[in-house]
Amino acid sequence: MINLSLKSLNQGLVKKKFSSLELTQFFLNRVEKHNSDINAFISIDAEKSLTQAKHADALIQSGQNSLLTGIPVAQKDIFCSAGWRTTCGSLMLDNFISPYDATVIQKFNEVGAVNLGKTNMDEFAMGSSNETSYYGSVKNPWDLSLVPGGSSGGSAAAIAARLAPAATGTDTGGSIRQPASLCGFTGLKPTYGLVSRFGMIAFASSLDQAGPMAPSAEDCAALLNVMAGYDEKDSTSINHEKEDYLANLDEPIKGLRIGVPKEFFEKGLDGSVQKVIEAALMSYKKMGAELVDISLPNTHLAIPVYYVIAPAEASSNLSRYDGVRYGYRAKEYDDLMEMYFKTRQEGFGEEVKRRILIGTYVLSAGYYDAYYLKAQKIRKLISDDFKKAFEKCDVIMGPSAPSVAFKANEKKSDPLAMYLQDIYTISTNLAGLPGMSIPAGMIENLPVGLQLIGNYFKESQMLNIAHAFQKETDWHTRMPDGVS
Amino acid sequence: MTINQKDIEKIAHLARINISEEESATLEVKLNSIISMIDKMQEVNTDNVEPMSHALEVTQPLREDKVTESDIRSDALKIAPEVVDSIFIVPQVIE
Repeated sequence: MINLSLKSLNQGLVKKKFSSLELTQFFLNRVEKHNSDINAFISIDAEKSLTQAKHADALIQSGQNSLLTGIPVAQKDIFCSAGWRTTCGSLMLDNFISPYDATVIQKFNEVGAVNLGKTNMDEFAMGSSNETSYYGSVKNPWDLSLVPGGSSGGSAAAIAARLAPAATGTDTGGSIRQPASLCGFTGLKPTYGLVSRFGMIAFASSLDQAGPMAPSAEDCAALLNVMAGYDEKDSTSINHEKEDYLANLDEPIKGLRIGVPKEFFEKGLDGSVQKVIEAALMSYKKMGAELVDISLPNTHLAIPVYYVIAPAEASSNLSRYDGVRYGYRAKEYDDLMEMYFKTRQEGFGEEVKRRILIGTYVLSAGYYDAYYLKAQKIRKLISDDFKKAFEKCDVIMGPSAPSVAFKANEKKSDPLAMYLQDIYTISTNLAGLPGMSIPAGMIENLPVGLQLIGNYFKESQMLNIAHAFQKETDWHTRMPDGVS
Repeated sequence: MTINQKDIEKIAHLARINISEEESATLEVKLNSIISMIDKMQEVNTDNVEPMSHALEVTQPLREDKVTESDIRSDALKIAPEVVDSIFIVPQVIE
């Protein structure tokens, strides 16, 4: 049962080979057995999950089911879920029981999917190794001494260890794609605005986007069918016509023009990762695709621009944590000011405070033009690079991350080294484009992800392109040794 | 640009975060390394480039001003750090 696709699980449920109650209990047992080693989940509530499973069984019994009805989905702990503790990986929200559902959660509830639990993450989604979580670091199931990537590291580890058949993540600078690469499965960051941000705890509002995480492209298509959709509660939601992302998976890809940006293969990329990516590109060529040399000349500016825009927006978004209406409040203080200062000193972790301070600095009087405005202008240049590139190709491909999973603590004390993990993913967030990571090979038993970048709203085509590769290869079905 | 302890004190005040002296010394090194990284932006000529705040051209949607949600007052109060008679309690601010 642990390596079945979502479609197969759906068939099992519909044909009464097993019930949702049994399926949910099966995965809850796996979580209970393995979570102490991996630390993928922050909150588990078996009673709530099993209640949803019973409801799903009733829906299936009455024939009112869809593909995800009764299927357990692990939810990143950034999505507010009514009645569930929703921490965002922070002491600041350790006691926060959400009074409402995020739109993403509501959509999963509407189709009768089961919330399997809330997954661990870097605090407020700020990190690339899942080491900034207040609830401890997450371990990579391929090798427990390595990081799973971040910030959606708990969801990633849960998929890799098959503690859940599917999960959700969010991606502000690579937080779905980099962990998908490091843990060996498929992850998709949709076009900005395709999935509602309502009830998704805000980090950098102009970049944040939720997306699916699961072994295969087909699984991700099924998840995206539920997640995508216009939401009037999110003012940046885009009213894009509803698509069936499963419909075009088997389209032929002959004649597809794949853009290969030379800047993604320069220094900084691990040599063995490069070989895996080049081999994947050759596989596409064999399938009838054409490789086109392209250039994204401002790639080297993506990290500097991101580390102005994301902290600036974060410093504003995180000003809401003041200890007044919800969340953490310092124990000892003499007046209101001291309450704010100590609440935020104690409630936030080191990386979060660092980013709030950088954000405050770049927005402060006298620096706005030099930093924030400048960053927004270069953001335009980066976006224009993609626009030009897509005149010559249908999809862009390259590595998702510069290396395979690295050792815990290796980059923890060096923010700049950590930030480089997202060098190939950040520019798509800045441009608002959809990006995806699919398993493309292994280096010494560690997975390597191939990144696909599509034009706006080309998720269906990207899933088709990914699926074509997954029909020819079995990297996405591989599991770490000992997972059984 | 570089920042010193005094700047950090000022920024921390604006951000309403208490910083200990010990933290401030480490922060000075780390924040300066980040600032020197982001300063790479200054090498780029951006004359006549329009700043971009949203990837796609969108306009602010408006909706009718009517109640659409049920009352969650009691749920909202349940999760507050300190409440008396349905009111959020903070230290006294007006003498």
